[in-house]
Amino acid sequence: MRTMNLALRHELVGLGGVIERNIYLVKRYIWWDVAFFLWTVANTLTIVFIAKGIPAMGGKIDVDQVTTILLVGAVIWAYLGIIFEILTETVAWERWEGTIEYTFMAPLSRPVHLLGMGLFAIGYGVVRAVLLFGVVAAFFSLHLPDANYVAAVVLLMIASISFIGIGMMTAVLPLISPEKGTQLGFVAQGVLLVVSGVYYPVSVLPGWMQAIATISPATYALRGCRAAILDGAGLTDLTTEIWALLAIGAVSVPLGLFIFRTGERYAKKHGKLKRSG
Amino acid sequence: MNALEVHNLRKEFTRRDGRGKRRVAALKGVDFDIARGECVAILGPNGSGKSTLVRLLSTLLLPDGGTATVFGHDAFKDTRAVRRLVNRVSVEASFFKKMSAVENLSYAARFYGLRPHDTKDKIPEILTRVGFPADRRDEPMENLSRGMQQKVALARALLTAPILLLLDEPTTGLDPRSKQEVQEFIREVRAEHDATVLLCTHDLAEAETLADRVGILDDGELLCLEPADQLKRRYASATLEEAFFAASGHAFENGNGDGGDD
Repeated sequence: MRTMNLALRHELVGLGGVIERNIYLVKRYIWWDVAFFLWTVANTLTIVFIAKGIPAMGGKIDVDQVTTILLVGAVIWAYLGIIFEILTETVAWERWEGTIEYTFMAPLSRPVHLLGMGLFAIGYGVVRAVLLFGVVAAFFSLHLPDANYVAAVVLLMIASISFIGIGMMTAVLPLISPEKGTQLGFVAQGVLLVVSGVYYPVSVLPGWMQAIATISPATYALRGCRAAILDGAGLTDLTTEIWALLAIGAVSVPLGLFIFRTGERYAKKHGKLKRSG
Repeated sequence: MNALEVHNLRKEFTRRDGRGKRRVAALKGVDFDIARGECVAILGPNGSGKSTLVRLLSTLLLPDGGTATVFGHDAFKDTRAVRRLVNRVSVEASFFKKMSAVENLSYAARFYGLRPHDTKDKIPEILTRVGFPADRRDEPMENLSRGMQQKVALARALLTAPILLLLDEPTTGLDPRSKQEVQEFIREVRAEHDATVLLCTHDLAEAETLADRVGILDDGELLCLEPADQLKRRYASATLEEAFFAASGHAFENGNGDGGDD
């Protein structure tokens, strides 16, 4: 029992270490973070301006509603991008800095290591997503009196479990292919969002894409967040989305861990677990 | 119980070159033991398999055959237990370059279960012991010289109190003074912490000065392992370099470099 408690304590301290390291990195690269945030704001504005552009081209839409739909899509896209980026950095950044061997030979279990990266990604991603939403909503003077922001954030956190599971699967790619693995992670992110109705209803997609959309956590995150922000839906109204996200999370996290472990074993077998790849 | 037991350890890598893919042996059935508290130097030119050996023992590689145990724990199956006992210093200091020495040591210590209150005083204390200036502790690592970075690497290894220390060319590229300081520190770690040391190096003088026994690793094969004096007597040589020539049939710096992973 005592040994188990000690092992658990070591794991928790290690988990804290992963988060601590990422906080140091944010602190040291703070101006890059500011620059990247400005780029995300510019990118989001480009997308959200489409809502203003449609009436200018003769289309008839509820501009505020479409603006919000596009804004929620862009914010969740950005959030998902942060989660994937941070998890992919589990390998890619460490390889670039040369610390990968020291981290992977430390007595920290891989699930806890990845969980630490995931928890940091959620915290950092939520702060960035909230800021992004606030800045762009203020820019367009969006008035959302019915919005249930608490429900939207809670739903995003629940969705994060699945996002982390999928992020673990993509994090292994730089381990297997040091040269192109990171870019393949972006492909996975793009595929996930194209089928999930990021800027349009899933119903406009071809049937086979709609089928894939049913297993994408982003589908439920987008639908739930839009319902919470546009219609003021509460958590009790979002039970379908919550259960779907929990079910996908229950599958994707163990699967992500299994894939990462398999990839790590492959890397150890083929000598890829090293700084230069 | 020996600190380290290595039996028939083999590792191959796939190489791609003009002739297509081929398997290249980095270690060809290496056997040796190290007693607790002993310092063993493995001497070999570039490409002889030294780093492959260290990476296998660091649990970063899986072998193609053979076994290795660290204080009785299987290095390839019982990796958690082995990782608690081992730390290493390699030729590259390997840190997050924008982070300071203290930040790099802090998070690394957490991975070994050391809490903030354990390291609050311990990190400055260890940095002082390795001769790292107090006024540079919070500077980004990228501003520090190679010698300074290597001192932080030693501090990182010592912080986790390893009982098996793997040193992979720890003084390569250092100026003579830094080199001497690092060597002095290795002696101190052995004397004060009862640490067992496996030193892989191509520095003949370093091997002779620091190690109780010296092994010659050439082209993935451990040709011999005995005290330096005995080794020189066996090959009727005045120096380790001559002994290496006699054992391997070629000059020390002419390793075939085919081991791929060094």
